Amino acid sequence: MIFVDVWVWLSDPENWSGAGGIPARVGQHLLYCLAATAFAALIAVPLGLYVGHTGRGGVVLVGGGNAIRALPTLGLVTVLYLVAGGGTVPVLIGLVVLAVPPILAGTYAGVQDVDRGVVDAASGMGMTDAQRLWQVELPNALPLLMGGVRNAMLQVVATASVAAYVGLGGLGRPLLDGLRVLDYGQLVGGALFVALLAVLLDLLLSVVQRLVVPRGLRLAPASAARRRVRRGVDDSSPQKLVATAGQPDSGGSRA
Amino acid sequence: MIEFRAVSKRFDDGTVAVDDLDLVVEAGTITVFVGPSGCGKTTSLRMINRMLDPTSGTVLVDGRDVLQVDPPRLRRGIGYVIQQAGLFPHRTVLDNVATVPLLSGWSKRDARARAAELLELVGLDGDMGRRYPVQLSGGQQQRVGVARALAADPPVLLMDEPFSAVDPVVREGLQDELLRLHAELGKTVVFVTHDIDEAVRIGEKVAVFRQGGVLAQYDRPAELLARPADDFVASFVGKDRGYRGLSFVDPAGIEVRGGATTRLGEPVSPSREWLLALDADERPRGWLPPGTSADGPLTEDLLVPGGSLYERGTAVRGALDSALSSPSGLGVVVEPTGRYAGVLRGAQVLDVIDRERAERG
Ligand SMILES: Nc1ncnc2c1ncn2[C@@H]1O[C@H](COP(=O)(O)OP(=O)(O)O)[C@@H](O)[C@H]1O
Ligand SMILES: [Mg+2]
Repeated sequence: MIFVDVWVWLSDPENWSGAGGIPARVGQHLLYCLAATAFAALIAVPLGLYVGHTGRGGVVLVGGGNAIRALPTLGLVTVLYLVAGGGTVPVLIGLVVLAVPPILAGTYAGVQDVDRGVVDAASGMGMTDAQRLWQVELPNALPLLMGGVRNAMLQVVATASVAAYVGLGGLGRPLLDGLRVLDYGQLVGGALFVALLAVLLDLLLSVVQRLVVPRGLRLAPASAARRRVRRGVDDSSPQKLVATAGQPDSGGSRA
Repeated sequence: MIEFRAVSKRFDDGTVAVDDLDLVVEAGTITVFVGPSGCGKTTSLRMINRMLDPTSGTVLVDGRDVLQVDPPRLRRGIGYVIQQAGLFPHRTVLDNVATVPLLSGWSKRDARARAAELLELVGLDGDMGRRYPVQLSGGQQQRVGVARALAADPPVLLMDEPFSAVDPVVREGLQDELLRLHAELGKTVVFVTHDIDEAVRIGEKVAVFRQGGVLAQYDRPAELLARPADDFVASFVGKDRGYRGLSFVDPAGIEVRGGATTRLGEPVSPSREWLLALDADERPRGWLPPGTSADGPLTEDLLVPGGSLYERGTAVRGALDSALSSPSGLGVVVEPTGRYAGVLRGAQVLDVIDRERAERG
């Protein structure tokens, strides 16, 4: 029975201590994910804001994003690892490359999606370009931007297991070891922790999202939905961009 | 004063949106740009606050070429209201209204105090200030849009189809409100609409544009209706322009006569003519048809609903309508308080119009 195997693996005190123990593996995994997503955001948010604000380079951005999505992360990490001759940096770079497109897409879509009348009014009131970006476009882009970050985080959590292939630990280790010796308890136990971590991090980010998204925007979908119901119209178009760019999708591993 | 001197605007794709426009908007007036969609009204308006720059020609505000002023500074001195209101969804209503004072360097406290004054000015509850735009109706959003545009007390107010997206009843209320505000504040207002009724209702001067961004006629509304410059203007102002022109005939000459009345609660005795039923407050309630008889006192269910009521001293158009819509053929005239004043006949109104026409020659 697989549940029994998992239970055996989990309840062995040996697995909970030391450099190869579960806490250390979770810690490593968490560190890779947070670092990679943070770096990715540092690159993708300013770039997305710039392209969204100026409207310049949107086509290049979408094309580039899709090209990067097509890269196999494991291959990339292996190549970087061989070129760099080891170390954590290649793994981090691979994860950052993976996390940039969703954040870029979310930020760009967030800025592009700001109501044209709102942007027009901002300029018409006498805001400079910079004031319009910081005071109007960025706050209104936050829901989709945060959606992109959550999406990126889910992908990174799932994919950070590649670190184990190049000997850097994390929750990929029990997956790899379990597979090699056909210890299904360890394999499934490791996968369980990856899933748990993904859920917890997404929960954490949803709290962050609640804190940073302005209240007037959080009210919006609810009121719009209520109005739709009152009119008896089923029109889900306002959500379309959210669905394509913002919401965390499958987050499936590509390793 | 706003002046267009030989202004043309050609977009990159070759579209000529405004063609050699010469026009002077007098200070302190409401001037309306009207015309079919795509005739260059918005483009003309947006060249005033440099949301667009002319390809050739000069736009002057108070004698100064707008191209000499840095756009953000210029715009902070010119109120701007657009069709979708364009309120900032992430800011409260109060902070929306405080936008321009804040941009101009006011303290947050002063800006908010000013914003609260403006909400009151446009007829919104103080409580409304704490709400977010998404929690307001379309009409309320437009009021907030107007308050936001007025917050820094700019001498000029630009409005691009501000009331087109709200329903007709609310729209009329907003138009009245704008006229009241204008009388109170004396701003120079440039108002864009595609609706000729709205244009003649609120404009002191109306500029009619035609396709290709050409100014077809620039005149007072009464003149526009009475003497359209060409076939395009004539057809644009519509088939019933003669009837709508009645809005501008002086109503002083209409003589109000006493009519036959009765009262709710009084005994009903058959009469040869229509009787107007009044209530205890002297307000008209409806018409009692000739020959009606009943055992008890007069009640509302014996009455035929009346036509529109004509308020003494208001536009002649309403007087004629009251007569045309009345079941008895007599228009009911009321005082501004709503009390019954008398009746009039349609023929009287036509006489007044004839007399006025003869005087004008
Ligand atoms: N940014 C633009 N680029 C190209 N053509 C434009 C642009 N803006 C407006 N136009 C064109 O200029 C003409 C006038 O437009 P506009 O001033 O918006 O008309 P209106 O406000 O009277 O409906 C239209 O033919 C419109 O298609
Ligand atoms: Mg327009």
